[in-house]
Amino acid sequence: MHKLRVLLAVCLLGISCAQAAIDPELLKPLADDDSDRRIAAILALVEAAPEEAQPVLKAMAEDSLALAGERVVVLGEGGRVFDAASNRELTPPPAGVETIGINNRVRRELASALAALRLFSAERAVRWQAAQEVNQNADAKMLPLLERALAVEQDAEIRSRLQLARAQASLGASDAGVRLDAVRTLGESSDPRVRQLLLSLTEKRGDTWVETDSAVRAAAGTSIRSIEERLAWADNLGRAFTGLSLGSILLLAALGLAITYGVMGVINMAHGELLMVGAYSAWAMQSVFRAHLPAALDWYLLAAIPVGFLSAALVGVLMERIVIRHLYGRPLETLLATWGISLFLMQVARTLFGAQNVEVANPSWMAGGIELLPNLMLPWNRIIIVAFSIAVLVAMWAILNLSRLGMFVRAVTQNRPMAGCVGVPTGRVDTLAFGLGAGIAGLGGVALSQIANVGPDMGQGYIVDSFMVVVLGGVGQLAGAVWAALGLGVFTKFLEGWTGAVVAKIVVLVIIIVFIQKRPQGLFALKGRFVES
Amino acid sequence: MSPSPARTPFIVRLGNSFDARSWGMVGVFAAFALIAVPIMHLVLPADHPLHLSTWFITLVGKILCYAIVAVAMDLIWGYGGILSLGHGLFFALGGYGFGMYLMRQIGRDGSYQSDLPDFMVFLDWKELPWFWIGSDSFLWAVLLVLVVPALIAFVFGYFAFRSRIKGVYFSIITQALTYAAMLLFFRNETGFGGNNGFTDFKRILGHPITAPETRVVLFALSALALIGTLLLARYLVRSKFGRVLTAIRDAESRVMFIGYNPLWYKLFVWTLSAMLCAVAGALYVPQVGIINPSEMSVGNSIEIAIWVAVGGRGTLIGPVIGAFLVNLAKSWFTVSFPEYWLFFLGTLFIVATLYLPQGVVGLWSRLRARGRGAGATADGPAAAVAKGVGA
Repeated sequence: MHKLRVLLAVCLLGISCAQAAIDPELLKPLADDDSDRRIAAILALVEAAPEEAQPVLKAMAEDSLALAGERVVVLGEGGRVFDAASNRELTPPPAGVETIGINNRVRRELASALAALRLFSAERAVRWQAAQEVNQNADAKMLPLLERALAVEQDAEIRSRLQLARAQASLGASDAGVRLDAVRTLGESSDPRVRQLLLSLTEKRGDTWVETDSAVRAAAGTSIRSIEERLAWADNLGRAFTGLSLGSILLLAALGLAITYGVMGVINMAHGELLMVGAYSAWAMQSVFRAHLPAALDWYLLAAIPVGFLSAALVGVLMERIVIRHLYGRPLETLLATWGISLFLMQVARTLFGAQNVEVANPSWMAGGIELLPNLMLPWNRIIIVAFSIAVLVAMWAILNLSRLGMFVRAVTQNRPMAGCVGVPTGRVDTLAFGLGAGIAGLGGVALSQIANVGPDMGQGYIVDSFMVVVLGGVGQLAGAVWAALGLGVFTKFLEGWTGAVVAKIVVLVIIIVFIQKRPQGLFALKGRFVES
Repeated sequence: MSPSPARTPFIVRLGNSFDARSWGMVGVFAAFALIAVPIMHLVLPADHPLHLSTWFITLVGKILCYAIVAVAMDLIWGYGGILSLGHGLFFALGGYGFGMYLMRQIGRDGSYQSDLPDFMVFLDWKELPWFWIGSDSFLWAVLLVLVVPALIAFVFGYFAFRSRIKGVYFSIITQALTYAAMLLFFRNETGFGGNNGFTDFKRILGHPITAPETRVVLFALSALALIGTLLLARYLVRSKFGRVLTAIRDAESRVMFIGYNPLWYKLFVWTLSAMLCAVAGALYVPQVGIINPSEMSVGNSIEIAIWVAVGGRGTLIGPVIGAFLVNLAKSWFTVSFPEYWLFFLGTLFIVATLYLPQGVVGLWSRLRARGRGAGATADGPAAAVAKGVGA
């Protein structure tokens, strides 16, 4: 349908569409020795016969265009030779065929010409792609082609792209009015490259302005400002997103702590090492899949989720049974003992897996991202981690609020002796709750393995941060942990934009320290009367 | 104590802190550090069986500094019930303050032959940052070592104790403070030498820093500082101040109801503890020859706590013993079985907290009590302390 319309339009523009073949005279200069004349020939060919020129130019780009005497031919598969003008096979193949070599300059022109030709493709996706490409290197030579494409293009999105490209191409026009229009149109772009282009117009080279007309310069200034506004908006959006993704990582790291510290009052300095256990589980699953199920390698991560949860939970239960159980009510000693456990686990990882980081690859379905704006790309792995942390959060909320175990955990938090009196097995609840917290840390580790280095020391980097989240959020509060994690994440990322990563981190720590002085109970204090221990 | 018209002079009270036997032990230790060690290191030939090597002097000198830190930690933790995870910061601050003096003593003998320390030349700085002005003077450096950590501790402690932050909360925010400081010191542009810190020292007060005589003097100074620290700590914990402090540790609310304000007791011992750490740091740097931000790492500060826990909280000799035991074990392990050191240290943390609530000192008195066949457990100060500190 569309093809027909294009052909019709091309006919209306006065270009012969009746003849299926190309005028051989147009082809001959393609083999010229002079690059300039060859480029001129390419452009002339594109202009004269956009439909038929495509296979010829493609062949030229692939180095399979050749000269047989006076005739330009295309070399096909298996030594077959086609006449470039009529696209008919020549039998027998002519002797003395000489390939037309091209240099980089010609190759570049060819590429943009081919892209321009794809503007007339029948498929929308191809045209969209081509419009994107033309936008990147539009110049005055393409103007006629762009005009023609605009005349037939129906799709609004592609049209706006093409208009931008036309504006870029006509920046070099001699008529100041045309330039002014072009500059104004470019103001609608949100591409950093366009901003660069406009900026170069407003510069002085020596004593003369690059752009001689003052009205055009002023318009360029306005356009730059409006582009910058849009860019800044996208920047902030991007920052908010990375902040969100950092926050969700902090949340995953801190959710487990929110149970063990917030609910049980146990300072677990080995929490970071539980993250490490989860991350190594992801690595182990990857190795298992690579060895036994190479076909399903992409799905190792799904298997790593339960494995990470269970292995970290197992380590957690062992920790609780062997050490922490004997230290309830002595938080400072628990802190020291769990620090000892963390050193121990680190060395175990070093002994088992080596001191070097292990390599955990993203599955292919996590690669790439969504490009929202030219300068804003949301990577899939971050999006998936945000979604994953939401899922973990919901699951944890459900366990704590809907299950029997959750009810027991809440009961023990609120009043341990009374819970024991009414028959809650507090000892077992402690073990299970600790295992749950540890398992969630393991899930955090699986998520971390996708974006951070996996090594024996990885847990150490998260311990201070996750404690900050719990302390800031308030003890015993899931909601507090959520707000604190997301708030810290977004705040840190915005601060990083101004001050750089390390200073931002220091500032955040100092702010938290000051904040804790003001509100020792955190953002969300438990309401009610609690006897000070 | 009933009010008497003429108070016992301070020096007498200080002298009374130790009984005769303790003074005897202090005397033996001082004689060893100030007389025996110099002779054994400087006079005896290197192949003599009693000759002390440079390695030994440096190692023990270093551990003496650690012992000071351990006693300082014990004051705040063992007697005050406040577990600080930020003592590494004060130790490092003292070290940095004195380290800068040592950097300035290098003079023009650095690799760039400049008046500025090498790392500043490397960063293309033209003049000293304001906070290092005057650091070429020894007295100013000593002042920096004493005042800066004390000031930071005072301000931080004032706000923390005023808000009645205690227990693990206090531990965690001191940890965050130290962590933030470490990140700051790791930066090149903050003027603390970044990653490498201060090193390549040449001389101290004009004397070559690696000369055996200088080492012996530094060793003796560390020993004296340790004795002084112990004496001061002993005096403090036996005074009325110390008793109130212990009471705050065991039942803060009750002490408040009686009419004491815990803020000033805690703040004083916290600031004093920080200053002692800083002195230890200043003595440590010339002996070890380097100070860098890793001294402020989270792990280092926690390790200080384990020296105290292993030795025995709430006793003054315990932390010294603990510092020696753990650090001698460390230097033995890291040479002989480097891969097992963390296993050992980790196990030590667990065992010390689970089975040695009163440290080796408590274990010793328990064993002695059993040896006497008294049957009764040694319910000395250490036992009471262990119960109180845990709360």
